[in-house]
This record gives sequence, C-alpha cells and structure tokens, in this order.
Amino acid sequence: MSHKVIVPIGPYHPLQEEPEFFQLYVEGEKVVDIDIIIGYNHRGIEKLSESKHFDQVAFLVERICGICSSSHPYAYVLAVEEILGGEARIVPERALYIRTIVNELERIHSHLLWLGLAGHFIGYNTVWMWAWRYREPILDCFEMITGNRQSYAMFKVGGIRRDIKEEDIPILKKTLDELIPAVDMFKGAVMDDPVIQARLKGIGILTKKQAIDWCVVGPTARASGINIDVRKDDPYGVYGRVDWNVIIEKEGDIFAKTVVRILELYESIHIIRQSLDKMPKGEIDANVKDVPPGEGIGRVEAPRGECFHYIRSDGTNRPIRHKIRAPSYMNVASNKVAAVGGTISDATITLAAVDPCYCCTERVAVINKPDNKQIMNGWDLIKLSQEKTKKLQELYNAGPQ
Amino acid sequence: MQIRDKIQEKLASKIIDWKEPAERRVYFTIKKEDVFEVAEFLFKELGLRLATASGVDTPLGLEILYHFSFDKTGEFYSVRVLIEDKKHPQIDSITPITAGAEWIEREIWEMLGVNFKNHPNLKRLLLADDWPKENYPLRRE
Repeated sequence: MSHKVIVPIGPYHPLQEEPEFFQLYVEGEKVVDIDIIIGYNHRGIEKLSESKHFDQVAFLVERICGICSSSHPYAYVLAVEEILGGEARIVPERALYIRTIVNELERIHSHLLWLGLAGHFIGYNTVWMWAWRYREPILDCFEMITGNRQSYAMFKVGGIRRDIKEEDIPILKKTLDELIPAVDMFKGAVMDDPVIQARLKGIGILTKKQAIDWCVVGPTARASGINIDVRKDDPYGVYGRVDWNVIIEKEGDIFAKTVVRILELYESIHIIRQSLDKMPKGEIDANVKDVPPGEGIGRVEAPRGECFHYIRSDGTNRPIRHKIRAPSYMNVASNKVAAVGGTISDATITLAAVDPCYCCTERVAVINKPDNKQIMNGWDLIKLSQEKTKKLQELYNAGPQ
Repeated sequence: MQIRDKIQEKLASKIIDWKEPAERRVYFTIKKEDVFEVAEFLFKELGLRLATASGVDTPLGLEILYHFSFDKTGEFYSVRVLIEDKKHPQIDSITPITAGAEWIEREIWEMLGVNFKNHPNLKRLLLADDWPKENYPLRRE
C-alpha cells in the first residue's frame, strides 16, 4: 500500500528569494499532488491605488515588483491612455521609442537573472555567476538612462519622464554589442551541454492542452507551443514597427523554457538596436491634465508574460478601481500540473521554471485590522529594540561597552 | 466569420449591452445566470483565453468583469456581470471550464465576498488565516 508523505518547502524557501509555501505530497520519491500556499507578500496595492492620483499611481505600481518595474507602470499608463484615446494617438513619437527600449532592457536583465537563478537551482553555479556578471552592464545602462538600477520612474500618463541623452546612445549600443558574445556563450553552455540536457529535458512538462487550460502566459506558454505575445498580438510602443520574431518551442519542459528565454535575449537586443536607430527627435511628454470618466485596459508583455491592468475612472483625479494581474499569477498556479508526476529532486527547478514572482502575484488589498494590535513606526521599533537590549544587559549583568 | 460576429450571433439573446470604446476592446453585459454558458462558449468553442476577472463594488451591486483575450487578433472581450444582491452575492463558478479561473475566483471570493457555486476549492488565497470572517477588503461599505 502506498504511503503519502508531505514534504513542506517554505514559507522560507531555501532557494527562492521570496516567501512561498509548497506542500508536496509524495509517494516514495514521486510527487503525487501539490498545495501552493501564497499570501505572505501581500501589500494592498490595488486598494492603495484608489487613494492616489493618476500621476502617483505610476510610482506605486512600479513598486509591485523590482524586476518588472517598467512593465507594471507601462501597463498602467496604457490603461489610462486608453480612456484618453489610445497610446498611439496621444503619446509623442520619441516617447514611444524610449518606452520600447526601456521595456526591452528590462526583459534582458530579467531573463539573465532567471538564467542565473536556474543555474544555481540545478547546482550549475558557473552559469549563475556568469549570467549575473553580464546582467550588471545592463543595470548600469538603466542607471545611466533613468538614474536607477531598479524602479526606473520613467513612465507617466502621456509620455515619459526622462529623455535618453544623445551621448548615452553609443554607450548603450556598445553594451548591447558586448552582450551578444555572452548570449552566444550561454546558448552554447546550456543548449549544447549534455549534462544540462539530461537534467532539464523531459521534466516539469506542461503540455499544450494543460497550458491552454491553465491560461498561462509568456515564455511558459510559448515553451508549450502556444503562439502568444502581447507585443505581436496587441502591439503597443513601436513593436509593430520593428522587425523581430516570437520564439516558440513545442516540448513544454524546462529545457524548452530555458531555450525560449535565451533566444528571446537576441530578439530584445535586435529590437533595441532598431529602436535606437529609428528614434526621432522631439517631445517626450503630451502633458495630460485630466482623465475623463471611462474604463481602460492596458496589456504589456512583461518578461514573464502578459501583465494586465484595468482602470476605471469616474472623472476625478483618482481611479475608482484598479485591477492588476501579473503574469506569475497565472503561471505559478500551473505548477499544480507541471510538478506532479516528477520526483522531489526535480520539483525545485520545476517550481522555479515559470520564473515566479510572488510580490507581483500578491499585490491586492489590505485594510486596518479591527483588533487591538498596535501599529508601530520606525522610532517605536528602535525604542523597543533599545529597551530589549537594556533588559538583556541587565540579565547578563554586562554594562554597555 | 470574425470572432465578434460569432459571439453576437450565438449569444444574441443573452447580450444586454455591447460597447466598443476603443480599438480591439469589447465590453458586453450578460445576466449572471448565463455566465457559465457564455464562458463555456468563449473558452471551449471559440478558444479565447481567460486573462483574469476584475471584481468591482459599485452602488448598483457587485460587478464582475471576465476578461477574455483572443490572441490571434489581439481583441479583448470583457464580459460584464452585475450581482445586485450584496447581502448574499452568488454566481456560478467557471473553474470547471478552465482551471485558470481557480485562483481568480478565490481572490474575488475573499476580497468581495462573492460566493462561487460549484467551485472545487473555495478557500483563502492571499488573506491571512486569522483575517476576520465576512470582512471583505475591497467592499466600499
């Protein structure tokens, strides 16, 4: 008779950076069922957004996720601009190009981040170190263009906040040129390595049918043979005007997900190069003053898939409803089928293969809890800490140094 | 035949209101009793993808927008349903049609208190276990 054992992974996950809790039900080594418990990262952003005016919300949604800190504000401004008549109609040309460039730089740094983490998860730390080493110049480019390595504060309704300076463009181009041989190296190191193939092929499979049923998006869907990419299907920015391909693999296993992400790096570099060459001079902001009543939807292909924002406005300066759905929300849930049937040792990389982002998944709402818990600010905590230290000093009878 | 014509033809008796405020964006309203049938038609027969669902508390009742995406053309169909009874809001679950709806409905259930009939696993997703019962964060009362 089989005997089911629960193996808990989390909430302090031994490898991933964010708190999440997987309960694996195993029979021997085999995973037969999985419970995904989330909610540890939940901060109340949808509710908070209703109390901010339209200009502030862009900064707020940027803080949903440190990795997708251009995709969320981009999807948000697209939603508001839809109420105003559409991005293509109101946003100046140059701003469209800059939006596209920033969005693609984000994809490059995010895919390199995942590649490094995936390498780390399967014990291939060389890939980890090298991927992050080549991610660093991209973050430097972000710092050069936007002033920040993360949370770029570039997007605003009707345009962008900062222009790309002419003298920065050659540096940006040079960084991209130097990245190509690095991506070639990763392509070789991952796609031609028999050890990686043995480790990643045929595990964590999400079939095309399952992918459709679980409504997954982004590289997770494309690795299962589904041809979806918001940049092609519902173009925004200048994606409709530059030449690039959607990368699709059929196998649905982790190797396919890795290949999709690596090959997408080439496409992103290609898109940025073309955008830099075609970018006209001119205004970068349409100076939008008021947002009329209405509702709008913004969709952006974030590194992990379709990032969705829905805005409803009643004509005041604040949204009355702001719904956010990050790509991981759909992708993480599909682990329920991808991880089942594999072994425990494969579960670690399978659960990471969708490039999960829990702070995205768990944005929603929080109100004051009607109990007696005290709310403390920074000074209260310092005071508490000093009192505790004092008590400990008394207890151990040691005076302050 | 375009997808929007197919929807208008098949669901002619069910559509109360049809709006196209922007390019590739369609919003249409149906009765809450029809939600299962409509979702089944959109998802299974037409092959639309469920992007998500937004729950909104309005003065008239609780509104749910089911956002379906047709990725071949980039069209985006939002199906609007109004649940007038705010005391005991109830609607059919569409999780039996697509597994992707499971988390979406759990979130609307805990945030707005809408009871999804026939949902296989209606429990909390994001709120803490000790969160007070029948206290719905996204309600406006």
